[in-house]
Amino acid sequence: MNNYLEFEKPLAEIEGKAEELRAMARANEEMDIEKEAAALDKKAEALLKELYENLTPWRKCQIARHPDRPHCKDYIETLFTEYTPLAGDRNFADDHAVMGGLARIGGTPVVIIGHEKGHNTKTRIERNFGMARPEGYRKAIRLMELADKFGLPIISLVDTAGAYPGKGAEERGQSEAIARSTEKCLQVKVPFISVIIGEGGSGGAVAFATADRVVMLEHSTYAVISPEGCASILWKDAEKMREAAEALRLTAQDLEKLGVADRVLPEPLGGAQRDRAGTMASVGKEIETLLKELKQKKPDQLRKERRQKYLDIGAKGLAA
Amino acid sequence: MNWISNYVRPTINSLFSRREVPDNLWSKCKECGTMLFHRELTENLNVCTSCDHHMAMTPRERFANLFDGGIFSEISVPTPIADPLTFKDQKKYPDRMKTAQKTTGEAEAMLVAKGDMGRTPVVAAAQDFSFMGGSMGMYVGNAIIAAAQEAVKTKRPLILFSAAGGARMQEGILSLMQMPRTTVAVQMLKEAGLPYIVVLTHPTTGGVTASYAMLGDVHIAEPNALICFAGPRVIAQTIGEKLPEGFQRAEYLLDHGMLDRVTHRKNMREELITVTRMLLGLSPAIKGDLPAPVEKAKKPKPDPEK
Ligand SMILES: [Zn+2]
Repeated sequence: MNNYLEFEKPLAEIEGKAEELRAMARANEEMDIEKEAAALDKKAEALLKELYENLTPWRKCQIARHPDRPHCKDYIETLFTEYTPLAGDRNFADDHAVMGGLARIGGTPVVIIGHEKGHNTKTRIERNFGMARPEGYRKAIRLMELADKFGLPIISLVDTAGAYPGKGAEERGQSEAIARSTEKCLQVKVPFISVIIGEGGSGGAVAFATADRVVMLEHSTYAVISPEGCASILWKDAEKMREAAEALRLTAQDLEKLGVADRVLPEPLGGAQRDRAGTMASVGKEIETLLKELKQKKPDQLRKERRQKYLDIGAKGLAA
Repeated sequence: MNWISNYVRPTINSLFSRREVPDNLWSKCKECGTMLFHRELTENLNVCTSCDHHMAMTPRERFANLFDGGIFSEISVPTPIADPLTFKDQKKYPDRMKTAQKTTGEAEAMLVAKGDMGRTPVVAAAQDFSFMGGSMGMYVGNAIIAAAQEAVKTKRPLILFSAAGGARMQEGILSLMQMPRTTVAVQMLKEAGLPYIVVLTHPTTGGVTASYAMLGDVHIAEPNALICFAGPRVIAQTIGEKLPEGFQRAEYLLDHGMLDRVTHRKNMREELITVTRMLLGLSPAIKGDLPAPVEKAKKPKPDPEK
């Protein structure tokens, strides 16, 4: 069963009807509904295509947050072998909002770091909805250091609404942890690939996504603030999130034009949630291609080019 | 080329520049309500004489008090493309910019300068909270990069005064990208072995705290400055928890290990001189407000083309 987004409601109706017909036919073998059901399927597909060809930025935000999209854990389990989680920041705790450890992709050992949102109430609470605390960023720093020391490429999977805004997180230096994590991203001399698989929420995302290559899935977003947050500050009305999403230019397509995303990876029709395996396979292929390309570069050159890439961002604007 | 455009004239700064001319001679302290005579307040570095509340200071006021004799020369900052996203909320971004420029008399939210501080040559950068909340956009990023490059080129330490509500939303993702950009600037300083001292002033929040403001060799804050990643209101909304007294204020951060020092504004300059000179391995400074260094008269060379 699909979880439908609000704008997908008309689609839900058609697909629901087709499903109903088929259920009826299963119960009563004499019923011939296939023609009718096929017509509904066709109608649904046409509607799906229409909806997804004309996505507004706000709808993209909803897709990026879709609970059925593959999450970090799914990618790790599907694309990587010998995943060996490494826990803790050696200072305070292990943050379950951040997954990380050693793994292989296409045989190559790498260090993997990512935000994990969880997939049901229990795991969402365990994972703190993918909102990391300072421990999470400090764990990431430790893992990046490990990668750097042993010459292992770093793969980060970004999917967070943002860093956790809490009392303890502030007391333990959320700002400092994020700043140091970004600094570490710009310090290591190993290939660094970041894939934004869902939400790239502000500083909490930057801390992992400052990489040689930033890949964004077609319906992922990356923004300085959530549309709701932006709306409540600039419009003084959180309900203006549609306008804010529009103004922020947070879609993968706009970010590619701005030079923030290096590549946009197409998603299956109807978004990653409709074909999880297909989406993950294409991410895996992209990571392997980029790894091959980046491995050609010398360590010093990698770092120099990464820094220069960021210094150069902002040279291009967007027209209205 | 005209020699005038090529010659960097030290900006002799007056405390009564365009915007500081007060309409009335009294201002009220927001903390204790005391009415303060403007001149008295200025002489006390914008610190309330009654309750010690540290009020905002413009970058020009900071520099006038920081540099010997109040003399400094501005370092030019590359102008980024204006309004890169053609951003419009209730107002157009270029209109907000114009208003800010008009009320502050400044081009943008950060000023970069070089000069001597206790006879110690330094580069300084100061964020202007009165300019769109000091928000960090491409200009601020460029300013910090320019400051770091100048510091590396002239082998000077960088003193940075932070003050910002965070990133400039009107520049969208490009404002967020100032986090890695300014981090690269800090790395330039670190790799050149030059001191980078951050003075955190009220307020320093959001993406600014989560990048260059928390990457200093030494972190000194002004008393009671709000310093945080997520603001207290956001936290109260998210967790619905009552926050302790003084939460996210300078003294609280000092207690939690995020700062080296909390220093009263009247002692800040001396302390910066002391710390900087020790980090540079120099002899102790001559204390006090030194007069401006005597400029060797730079006779402009006659332009051969003329
Ligand atoms: Zn007062």
